[in-house]
Amino acid sequence: MSSNYFKVIRSGINSTFQDKGRSNLYHLGIPFSGAMDNRNYLLANKLAENDLNNPVIEFAYQGPLLKYIGDKIRFTITGDVSFKIKSKTSEIDGNCYETYEINNEDEIDILSTNKSVYGYLSLSGKFDVDYQWGSCSTNTKSNIGANNGKKFQNGQIINISKINKNFNKKRINYINTKIEKIRVIKGTNFNYFSEIAINNFFKKEFKISKLSDRMGTRLEGPKLENINSTNIKSEGLIKGVIQVPGDGNPIIMLSDHGTIGGYPKIGVVISADYDRLVQLPSGSKIKFQQIDLSDAETLFKMYEMETQNLLNQI
Amino acid sequence: MIKNISNLGDAALYCDFGQDINREINSYVIKYFNKLQQLKIDCINNITPSYNKLIISFDLKKIKYNDLKNLIEKIQIDKDETLNKKILEIPICCEEPYSLDFYRLEEKLKLSKEQILKNFFNKKYFCYMTGFIAGMPFLGDLDENMRVQRLETPRVKVPKGSIGITEQFANIYTFESPGGWNIIGNTPMKVFDNSKEDKPNLINPGDTVIFTEISKKEYSNYE
Repeated sequence: MSSNYFKVIRSGINSTFQDKGRSNLYHLGIPFSGAMDNRNYLLANKLAENDLNNPVIEFAYQGPLLKYIGDKIRFTITGDVSFKIKSKTSEIDGNCYETYEINNEDEIDILSTNKSVYGYLSLSGKFDVDYQWGSCSTNTKSNIGANNGKKFQNGQIINISKINKNFNKKRINYINTKIEKIRVIKGTNFNYFSEIAINNFFKKEFKISKLSDRMGTRLEGPKLENINSTNIKSEGLIKGVIQVPGDGNPIIMLSDHGTIGGYPKIGVVISADYDRLVQLPSGSKIKFQQIDLSDAETLFKMYEMETQNLLNQI
Repeated sequence: MIKNISNLGDAALYCDFGQDINREINSYVIKYFNKLQQLKIDCINNITPSYNKLIISFDLKKIKYNDLKNLIEKIQIDKDETLNKKILEIPICCEEPYSLDFYRLEEKLKLSKEQILKNFFNKKYFCYMTGFIAGMPFLGDLDENMRVQRLETPRVKVPKGSIGITEQFANIYTFESPGGWNIIGNTPMKVFDNSKEDKPNLINPGDTVIFTEISKKEYSNYE
């Protein structure tokens, strides 16, 4: 045990270490993983004056309650999150996108994400984590990455290997916007679906199911009728692909998705909408809108510029 | 050879080698995959070979679809290149409690357990691809009279090490996972090892697999 560490008093629902993820491993069956909401992940590291690929704690819905033991350290939380910082003498409500100092025996209590799913905690320093294939990102399905490939458990210790002493207090104003129309490019099996199914896909509302996780977003809505075959010969998948199994309920592939799939692909979510898609909590209603490739590329460029502008403000 | 390249979303190329599943087409897919791996093209994030498709996902911050497509179309492969051809022996126990779907297989295939086992073990299997979950090999081809559809209702949890069959293929569940394949037996062998970063997968595309039958006693004594 190092001299600076957190004790996990309450683990939260799905708290894991994440960084930018691992690439060139799909052919082995190992997904990209990494922080689900890339923009908020980058902002967390920049606010904490870290390298942008530094490990962070990602939490979903209810976050962890962490008791800190060690020398003075600073942290920040990004996303849309309610949290408290508790010391022996005070208890304050924290603001996202602001850095805070904590001391020995203080607690960070991450109560919940508000009308969103994921939040990020970054330290002005470094968590002591294991790397596999160049990334610490935890994939709980294949037990790959930091924390023995597992989510946080009650009572466990999280060691900190380094504290940055030189540090300036930082803060930005940023409000996460909610997305209602997810923009998609036609999938490679678009013609497997009936005219009515296509019409429903772009006109009707879909609800995010409770069964969604880091692997995929499951949707409930009008069943999409397949007029060709409910299976294709298994082939590679990427983040954002919308597969429709035989039951007619679409599933959107997210960061921990299986690398190969055998269901027809009706569409693919554009890269510019990915960060906001993953933040839609279960029960949210969404609609899909079809756009073409060149518009998707322009939208991504704009989204990237916006992210860079935010990072430059810090 | 690649018949057509289209876009899969805004950050991936969908390279189509045709509709059929056979070793010749799959060998081309693997050769393209090997060639692209050697070239180490910086903007490419992942290359996923499957039976007859190759999906190349890229970093949209670095390159756009049309530019990468032009680049990929110029790449030539050596048709005569031979693939790595390791032969691997995988021990399987097909006794209870490992052979979860034998009653179903007997009924669907209209064959006795002895005939099913004889057909299954008396073969060499070719590894077409790996994936879905880490290290899972897709092996073929099963005889015509051994082909059966997936379970109507997939299992929520298929035990680790299970050998499943469906249509012309067999696979190995490297982790406990949801799945709908018909489970014929289980192997005690470690098919995926994440402590070996350079080569975590025991079985790779192009390899040949021979299954050998072991008893429950041999299974429990296996190291």
